[in-house]
Amino acid sequence: MGAALIETHELTKNYRVGGQVVHALRQVSLEVKGGEFVAVMGPSGSGKSTFMNLLGCLDGPTSGRYVLDGGDVSNLSGDALARIRNAKIGFVFQGFNLLARTTALENVELPLLYSGRPARERRQQAQGKLEAVGLADRADHHPSQLSGGQQQRVAIARALVNDPVLILADEPTGNLDTRTSVEVMAILQDLNRQGITVVLVTHEADISQFASRVITFRDGRVLRDEIVTAPREARRVLASLPLEEEEDDAA
Amino acid sequence: MNALASARIAVRALRVNKLRSILTMLGIIIGVAAVIAMVSIGSGAQARIAEQIQSLGSNLLIVLSGSSNTGGVRQGLGSQLTITEEDAWAIQREIASVQVAAPMMRGNAQVVWGNLNWSTNVQGTTPEFFEAREWPVVSGQAFGQEAVDGATKVALLGQTVVRNLFADQDPIGQIIRIKKVPFTVIGILDKKGQSTWGQDQDDLIVVPLSTAKRKVLGVSQANARSVGSISIRVRDEADIKEAEAQTRDLLRQRHRLQGYQDDDFQIRNLAEFAEAQEQSSRVMTILLAAVASVSLFVGGIGIMNIMLVSVTERTREIGLRMAVGARGRDILMQFLVEAVTLSMIGGVIGVVVGIIVSSTIPYFAGWRTLISAESIVIAFAFAAAVGIFFGFYPARKAAQLNPIEALRYE
Repeated sequence: MGAALIETHELTKNYRVGGQVVHALRQVSLEVKGGEFVAVMGPSGSGKSTFMNLLGCLDGPTSGRYVLDGGDVSNLSGDALARIRNAKIGFVFQGFNLLARTTALENVELPLLYSGRPARERRQQAQGKLEAVGLADRADHHPSQLSGGQQQRVAIARALVNDPVLILADEPTGNLDTRTSVEVMAILQDLNRQGITVVLVTHEADISQFASRVITFRDGRVLRDEIVTAPREARRVLASLPLEEEEDDAA
Repeated sequence: MNALASARIAVRALRVNKLRSILTMLGIIIGVAAVIAMVSIGSGAQARIAEQIQSLGSNLLIVLSGSSNTGGVRQGLGSQLTITEEDAWAIQREIASVQVAAPMMRGNAQVVWGNLNWSTNVQGTTPEFFEAREWPVVSGQAFGQEAVDGATKVALLGQTVVRNLFADQDPIGQIIRIKKVPFTVIGILDKKGQSTWGQDQDDLIVVPLSTAKRKVLGVSQANARSVGSISIRVRDEADIKEAEAQTRDLLRQRHRLQGYQDDDFQIRNLAEFAEAQEQSSRVMTILLAAVASVSLFVGGIGIMNIMLVSVTERTREIGLRMAVGARGRDILMQFLVEAVTLSMIGGVIGVVVGIIVSSTIPYFAGWRTLISAESIVIAFAFAAAVGIFFGFYPARKAAQLNPIEALRYE
């Protein structure tokens, strides 16, 4: 475990909905160290999504401070936040969010497009990350030609392509079956072991057990913050699951 | 993100909805083609006027005899023959910028050949006339100075006279009678067509000045050397104003006019008159172009419409791009480049269509068209500008999307 990667101090977010103020997040202070694997849980309306949006620099807090990787990002402009997202954060979404009419490789390249790297470097980097998630041979496939698990792996490769310090996964297994879910968790665990900090939002308790720490939100506050003493090993779980039809062939 | 990458993304996005893109482009295609075709019609008309100026003889000054003022009754121009052959020689000799000056005397006469007759314009002049008016002889030959000196009875015919008296026979060597005086036809003048004010310039017979005076038009009692007008050709168009002033000074001096006296002659600068005509056709060209650019404008609205639809459809894509690091201006550029690509591809096709239309108009409408490089450049640039102008609002709308809401958009 390294130094604190994420530090929040009384992080607060209010929304104004139809003249009424909604307190989505109330003075949340916590710290995530580099190399942690954190699962964020909570029912809908608990503030976990708002918390994720703030962690992901997609939005700024109403009050409070958020320090990411040593830099205070609480009051940055939209452009500055975009640059931070590009350089430090990799996103994995529930709905994969791949661009439909572009190949897997081009999807992975996308973040590099906004960091101004030359085309050759982009290609090499993207190809490398696709290999890391085991999809090197699917580089020129379009998302519609890939299974759900493969699509999510492309999305993970995309999240990795800029070598981020933090991966934010928002319900990454929400659209996947059990086995594929575990496969995705295995990839995330592998990445975490390589030193990348992972923050995962999920509402599935068994998925949260793959993490090393579980933070539960309720009514905009942290309800529980507990260390998982013995996280599940996705690779081991995978071995114990009955082998279904090899899903790669489905493509 | 560089411009090339943006353009590639744009082309790809446009190919996704081929039919929609083509229909949107159609507005620009029609607009650009219309501008080019309309301007080509206007330019064609302008070119025709320029040619008429040319046919009149460019760089031409005409000195006319002044009006008489007898006991307070003022007569029309030329009613008193105040200028002379010597004035013409002096102008040619003493004003450096003058190439030639031809004294002229004109009148109407009935011309007879065989059993046909024709009333036409008889112009008595010197050999300088052909040079001054840039009027070549197409058949036979012009007369020389010796014909003027000897008052030879030779004549050159304009095309209209040839047509009316000789039909398709060769008039060279034939004897025609002008006011019952026999003249030998020695040449035929080139076709000039209508003058700027609609007069048939080819309806004339040119004879030596001396012959005209003695045999056809009669000699002025006052001065046997006087002439009706002098055609002056100036070497360089730039010198025409100066030549006009110098001619005026020279003639005033020669006519011994005092400072308080009016000119007893008039100098006409035909280029000025023609310029006014050209001006009006230029106004017509601008008007045509303005009407055509309305359709270009409407095409732009089509682009805006489609871009707005496109932004809405691709809200999630925009959200994703923002999440992975696209700044507002990256998104703005992406959609702007898309709109401009749409309008520029439309512009290129429009240029091609415009050129095709312009070059077929003369065949079915009989109008002359002239495709100018400027009109193509301007129409194309205008199309690109329309793309930027009408693409900006949708692009800005995309750039201002909130990434969280955009990602959640269904």
